Amino acid sequence: MSMNTQGRPTAPGTADAPVHTTFTGNKALNMEEPLIFEIGRTDICGVDLDEPEKVELRLGGHERLSSLELPALSEPETMRHYVRMSRNNYAIDSGLYPLGSCTMKHNPRLNEKMARVPGFADIHPLQPVSTVPGAFELIAELADWLMKLTGTTAVAMSPKAGAHGEQCGMMAIKKAIMEKGEDRSIVLVPESAHGTNPATAALLGFKVVSIPARDNGTVDPAAVIEKIRENDGKVAALMLTNPNTCGLFEPDIIAIADAIHEAGAYFYCDGANFNAIVGKAKPGDLGVDAMHINLHKTFSTPHGGGGPGSGPVVLSDRLAAYAPLPFIRQGDGELEVVETTSQLDEGEKPFGRMTAFHGQMGMFVRALSYMLSHGSDGLKQASEDAVLNANYVRVGLQDLMTLPYGEHPCMHEVLFDDSFLKDTGVTTLDFAKAMIDEGYHPMTMYFPLVVHGAMLIEPTESESRASLDLFVATLRDLVMSAQQGDTQRFEGAPYLAPRRRLDETQAARKPILKWTPPSPTDVEPKAAAE
Amino acid sequence: MRYLPLSDNDRADMLAQIGVGSIDELFADIPEAARLEELESLPRRKSELSVERHLNALAAKNMTAGSVPFFVGAGAYKHHVPSTVDHLIQRSEFLTSYTPYQPEITQGTLQALFEFQTQVAELTGMDVANASMYDGSTATAEAVLMAHRVTKRKKAVLSGGLHPQYREVVESTSRQLPGGQVVSLPADPMGTEDILDQIDDETSCVVVQSPSFYGQLIDLKPIAEKAHEHKALLIAVFTEVVSLGLVESPGAQGADIVVGEGQSLGNPLTFGGPYVGLFATRQKYVRNMPGRVCGETVDAEGKRGFVLTLSTREQHIRRDKATSNICTNSGLCCLAFSIHMTLLGSTGLKRLARINHANAIKLADALAAIDGVEVLNKAFFNEFTIKVKANANDVVEALAVNGVLGGVPVSRLEPDNPDLDSLITVAATEVNTDEDRAAFVEALTEVLG
Repeated sequence: MSMNTQGRPTAPGTADAPVHTTFTGNKALNMEEPLIFEIGRTDICGVDLDEPEKVELRLGGHERLSSLELPALSEPETMRHYVRMSRNNYAIDSGLYPLGSCTMKHNPRLNEKMARVPGFADIHPLQPVSTVPGAFELIAELADWLMKLTGTTAVAMSPKAGAHGEQCGMMAIKKAIMEKGEDRSIVLVPESAHGTNPATAALLGFKVVSIPARDNGTVDPAAVIEKIRENDGKVAALMLTNPNTCGLFEPDIIAIADAIHEAGAYFYCDGANFNAIVGKAKPGDLGVDAMHINLHKTFSTPHGGGGPGSGPVVLSDRLAAYAPLPFIRQGDGELEVVETTSQLDEGEKPFGRMTAFHGQMGMFVRALSYMLSHGSDGLKQASEDAVLNANYVRVGLQDLMTLPYGEHPCMHEVLFDDSFLKDTGVTTLDFAKAMIDEGYHPMTMYFPLVVHGAMLIEPTESESRASLDLFVATLRDLVMSAQQGDTQRFEGAPYLAPRRRLDETQAARKPILKWTPPSPTDVEPKAAAE
Repeated sequence: MRYLPLSDNDRADMLAQIGVGSIDELFADIPEAARLEELESLPRRKSELSVERHLNALAAKNMTAGSVPFFVGAGAYKHHVPSTVDHLIQRSEFLTSYTPYQPEITQGTLQALFEFQTQVAELTGMDVANASMYDGSTATAEAVLMAHRVTKRKKAVLSGGLHPQYREVVESTSRQLPGGQVVSLPADPMGTEDILDQIDDETSCVVVQSPSFYGQLIDLKPIAEKAHEHKALLIAVFTEVVSLGLVESPGAQGADIVVGEGQSLGNPLTFGGPYVGLFATRQKYVRNMPGRVCGETVDAEGKRGFVLTLSTREQHIRRDKATSNICTNSGLCCLAFSIHMTLLGSTGLKRLARINHANAIKLADALAAIDGVEVLNKAFFNEFTIKVKANANDVVEALAVNGVLGGVPVSRLEPDNPDLDSLITVAATEVNTDEDRAAFVEALTEVLG
């Protein structure tokens, strides 16, 4: 046996890289992946199933006659299809994800492991209650944490996401008003609110009245009182986010709550930003009557590319009686599960039901696993670190980027406006897209609506100091580049992502929402000789 | 704390750089009266090992579906999910990504959604599907609201075969709107109700589930025809998506909106959630459809890519004029659905559906042979209702004591109708073996004996 005596070149070759296109369209590790429908076949199957027994169908003539043509991939092809696709995604596990208001924090894998334990994952929502005591104990334990963290006395566990929780809280409020025989049709919503707030109020038939923010970005109790007076006796509720979407704690929240309560109305708090104050203040002590908690934000259940979420709603004494079915009641020594109106005790007046079954059990397990891991001390530390990190970013950037409300400490997220880009020719969108080339997911842009060209940065407590330092340095470099007139770095950005900027106008004008087989006219004409 | 990267030294340095003396200065806007020092009465941090011990102890108290002969359905079904599915959905890039608002760096999620929408449209026989809802029950409620927008009417007629908890969700939601009216027909185990009589010129939509909550297959065509005569919409509901591999699609029967539960593909039982709501409709109604939608487009270089689209319907743009308040979808669950569907293809789904149907027929025949048991449905897919000569709730409890999870007593969901007290809905899937069926028959014979 002889060695290759020629050796192989070990020098790196030329560094000059002219525009280099590949035959496949792939860029090394970055693969182009066709749709299933372009590579799959209907004559294969990626699951080995037994031959069905020959039986006389008992479908009463309802057998499917219409076509059903969905191609399959074998198991290795399936694996490759999705792994390749996944590599085109940004994720918290690969980098800082500073989406303000969205809370992209670390998702511990212990939570995933526990959610998959058969005692939680392989139980049916309608198997006899006596066979699943551990499931109800878990829900009750999580509920106990939520009530203690918020200083409230009841919690509706079933809502499936934040907006669903809002809907639940507002339906409880509507029921409470009805029970009192009152007619209140107006919901007050600050301009800076999440879009889900006015959408939820409208869904329930309320009229939305907007409250302007004052110059420092917070709500003036006087403005609330004025709207209450203008709509005498008609205000049902105030929907307020606290800390608000400008990243500020509403300093007059108690005065606002008092005014709302004096008017006979209810205080709904959007709990999307609860992660800033866990262990530092209890919403119940601030006068909140109802607040949803996004388990997928504050308590780290994974966002999964857009869901599933989970949005339990804590309720004050004033609303507790109206919590929807199902709920768990502490009976004599054991938990009682109330699923229907026939099981109600006196004083329990649920407004109805939000969803089939018991809510997002898989998310409950994850959230409780997160809470137990942190403990009361760790949760408080997490809030403090989240706020510390956001302020660290603020002071690192405030001389170059512009703070709409001055150099006031922020909570868990810091809001900039785009006046630092004035006259540079670079837009907020361009700026955000240039961050992609630097390996960062952009911050939340153009929200909240109260600030021009808003950029809302939420680093979360999951970032190390080194990570924040690099992030700040990168943004500083981008700002200076914009101000020095290097518009090229921005106007076509991103240059290096799996895709360049996408044409959203075309997508909306002529929506293509599913794959359709190419029609014969689309296929390139074959040579006449064939 | 293992999840927090900052050290005490980092914290001190950072506070100094910020220019404050203590962390509490950053929380100074919290009214003094409401500031907390300590969260009394909650435990302190735990190691990974102790959290596992604590939660495993709770899990161990539950009787798992996989450990016993299992025949529970009623809107959630135990199917075998290929291992590939759970591995792929746990890839960091899918699991820990946000809603794909920056399409240049989320093509993975977006392409998966586009494929999902294509699969759902084909399965249901409809033109378009959205990128999923929370679950089947909330999808049904959203479908009713959508029908109200399309028809500008506010009366919904609900079949007595609709899952009782779906009915309650629809009632709770649609009665919130001024003038919102819901006519719910009484429980209909055999599929004999006269729903056509209920449809008039005020009717916005008729909501019919097939296979029904009781397992009965329903002919949707005459209902669609009658609804269309009155310019009302037919909303077809299913809770068992595997049925679409063998039963005629709602789209082919004239449904205008099709909604259902997609849990059966890719998703474990998990005590009722998270699941994945499927939502499909006709092209002409697409701009009234709730929820996120993914569409195809091109990038600046002309390459095909995908984006979230039609967002002018959505809450973050339209606020109080939005078609729905929905923000979150069921992303990871619809990915699981789509991966399982991709492994099966239509060939596999049809075969899986046949196995389910065959197992249900064998179970129905075996149970019907027991003295004191009557199978009510003549046409069903993988679920049917039996009438027993005793209180159904007691029977199901007694079966559980005997180590068999033998269905759902209808009275658990419909407690106020004594006619239903002896009914049990029973489901069979590919996971059931001959031994499971024999154990069920033996236990039920003993309990009724």
